[in-house]
Amino acid sequence: METNIILCGVGGQGILSISLVIDMTALKQGLAFKQSEVHGMSQRGGSVQSHLRISDRPIWSDLVPRGRGTLILSVEPLESLRYVDLLGPEGAVVTGVEPHVNIPSYPDAERLLDAVASMPQHVLVPAERLARAAGSARAANMVLLGAALPYLGLKAELVEASIAEAFARKGEKVQRVNLDAFRSGRAAGEAYGLCREAGLGGRETRALCSRLAGGVLAPEAAPLWRELFAGPLGAATLELLAGREPGQVGGEPALPRALLDLGQPERLRERLFVARA
Amino acid sequence: MTVSNEMRPLLGDEAVALGAIHAGLSGAYSYPGTPATEILEFVQRETRGGPSAREGGVHCTWSANEKVAYEEALGMSYAGRRALVSFKHVGLNVAADPFMNSAVTGIEGGLVVAVADDPGMHSSQNEQDSRVYAGFALIPCLEPADGQQAYEMTAEGLELSERFRVPVMVRLVTRLAHSRSGVRVGTRRAPNPLAPTPEPMGWVLLPSNARRQYDKLVGKQAALAAWSEGCRWNHLELAGARLGGVRLGVIVSGLAHNYYREALAETPAPPTLRIGAYPIPSELCARLVDAVDEVLVIEEGYPVIEQALRGLLGSPRGKLIHGRLDGRVPRTGELNPDVVRAALGLAALPTQRPPALELPTRLPCLCDGCPHIDTYDVIRDLLAPHAGARVFSDIGCYTLAAYPPYNACHSCVDMGASISMASGAAQAGMRPVIATLGDSTFIHSGITPLVDAAHQNLPMTVFILDNSTVGMTGGQETMVNGEGLASLVRGLGVPAEHVHLLRAHRREHEANLEIVRRELAYEGLSVIIPVRECIQTAKK
Repeated sequence: METNIILCGVGGQGILSISLVIDMTALKQGLAFKQSEVHGMSQRGGSVQSHLRISDRPIWSDLVPRGRGTLILSVEPLESLRYVDLLGPEGAVVTGVEPHVNIPSYPDAERLLDAVASMPQHVLVPAERLARAAGSARAANMVLLGAALPYLGLKAELVEASIAEAFARKGEKVQRVNLDAFRSGRAAGEAYGLCREAGLGGRETRALCSRLAGGVLAPEAAPLWRELFAGPLGAATLELLAGREPGQVGGEPALPRALLDLGQPERLRERLFVARA
Repeated sequence: MTVSNEMRPLLGDEAVALGAIHAGLSGAYSYPGTPATEILEFVQRETRGGPSAREGGVHCTWSANEKVAYEEALGMSYAGRRALVSFKHVGLNVAADPFMNSAVTGIEGGLVVAVADDPGMHSSQNEQDSRVYAGFALIPCLEPADGQQAYEMTAEGLELSERFRVPVMVRLVTRLAHSRSGVRVGTRRAPNPLAPTPEPMGWVLLPSNARRQYDKLVGKQAALAAWSEGCRWNHLELAGARLGGVRLGVIVSGLAHNYYREALAETPAPPTLRIGAYPIPSELCARLVDAVDEVLVIEEGYPVIEQALRGLLGSPRGKLIHGRLDGRVPRTGELNPDVVRAALGLAALPTQRPPALELPTRLPCLCDGCPHIDTYDVIRDLLAPHAGARVFSDIGCYTLAAYPPYNACHSCVDMGASISMASGAAQAGMRPVIATLGDSTFIHSGITPLVDAAHQNLPMTVFILDNSTVGMTGGQETMVNGEGLASLVRGLGVPAEHVHLLRAHRREHEANLEIVRRELAYEGLSVIIPVRECIQTAKK
């Protein structure tokens, strides 16, 4: 196996702690790894990237060669698109959806997300929201790590052990928050995949996944949501999910089933949101 | 040194530090600078709470600058103990005087100079290649390709240093210094006992002694060359395939070897000479050149090996030499696997197409809440009526004021140059003249030019931005701050009424502006010290 990751984000977003957990797990799994970081000037709010390679054979280059990248793991959407030319044809992009706007010329976030969604393999995760739900927005990086798990070639239980180890110094609460964040990221990554497999469109998938409680979606629910979006209440549902009104959505199949039976849009809002986000 | 099976995830910098500790280190010296900072930081972490060097432990503190660091290391060596001095490539310029002369004095306890070059200038002013310095000083240089080699070469460097009685350079580059990998580590050797040099006259470089010592250094060169030819870090493999129909031989050094082997994943290797130890092994080079029709040299940094092969006449034994000098490899910038792949004539791999969207660049900027922001707000308002006024600046986070919205940094050359260059500009007749530098940069190299400026009472205003840390490199401790800094400045000869300690805060904007405006109008030297802790260290 060989996993070549380009980790990217903005200085100060904690991409180095993602690398740390992956390195520790690779060591536990008996794999070779090389991780190239950039420190110094670029750390101050500028674009940062780190190359991380894991393999069951010796690794030569510290940098990922163009065309050998298997995963872009980004904290936010603009940065996720910068290094696409390093990805091989099968390479995937996993990114947080919340934009980090610290420049005046930041593009329209929806257009960035559409661009990511037009790539052959991608997972978009509301990393900050899920991290906050897990107890701290700073754990967004662990949400992303969870969402990226299928692309890493690492065993989930070993990743969890590494997270526990990496945050042990900071106390039990921080440890638990980061583990919960990782788990909800895993669930959110799976939910995203289920939606896409069921044939939901990019915006519908994003809107639904941005609301799922704990990031969780039951497999049987995905085709029902697709049916709902294709039906007479589809546009209104999308508008509510993508809107500003706070609220979470349950991931069990009973919800889309009930909404499909609803018939008229008047009660959509009260039935849709189970809890305040 | 023997290595065990214990694997530790280490940066290249950390592997250097641990290699030195395990080889019986007694003193580590440095001044922060990317990409070398983590060497001393690791020694600090690894030896925290241990005994002092005198009691068999490791002395480990930041020095005022690289020259001081080097000289402290040299004193440790004089006393018979092993020392490690580390800094970034341009730090060696600051330490060049003791560096060159320590090759002439020779050493007592082993001395390794770990220098981290920054090809591609990720965080630097130039991409000078420290291997040139090693050759200039007539000392050996080891060039690791990965963390394992960084660990082993540093330990071996301390032994070599004692064997040949010269300092030994370990040359890193950014991508190794900041690359983390699993390193198999060994056990810790006991430090050398305190045993000061029995021949102090060799350390007294009066001309009569210096001539004798220099002859000794030159006399060591044949033995160093012989060592390099047989050294395990230099390896010649004459068997190999043709590449693109050409009988090509490849010379590859240091980190470039990684990119080379990566590119050859699916291609049989041509005859190859791998170099990891200098002086350049000329016999090995000759054997490769004789066995092939053309030679490609791949090295990170300057074309050092390539230039040596070409000499003045360009074509040793009638063979073609390719590399940075004929454009086969780009003349400037950092190597990467793709550049090396292209230099070998291998086709690029298929990739995904970037999106059609235009992606704006995201430049580094001062952090929210940074005290420098408040000082630059004052400078901006101050300079508003003086179109074309220039600010001579220096090396640190505050150099970022060169970007909008401030556009208030008009020079950044080397540590301390803000004050000396402002002096020259004031002498030339420029008015107003402003210099800005941080508290750590001031201690590093700003004191001496300020003595000059005070002696001449030059009409200029110097801002010493006191954030009480070395901010850009991650917040290392500094030595003199606040009132101590003001008192130092007064002691250098700046009259007390023109030395102002201010609080860098937006609430003080109007009051600070008023003071500074008065000083700017004064036809003499003023020093303004805006004080507030770095927002990053304050958060810790």
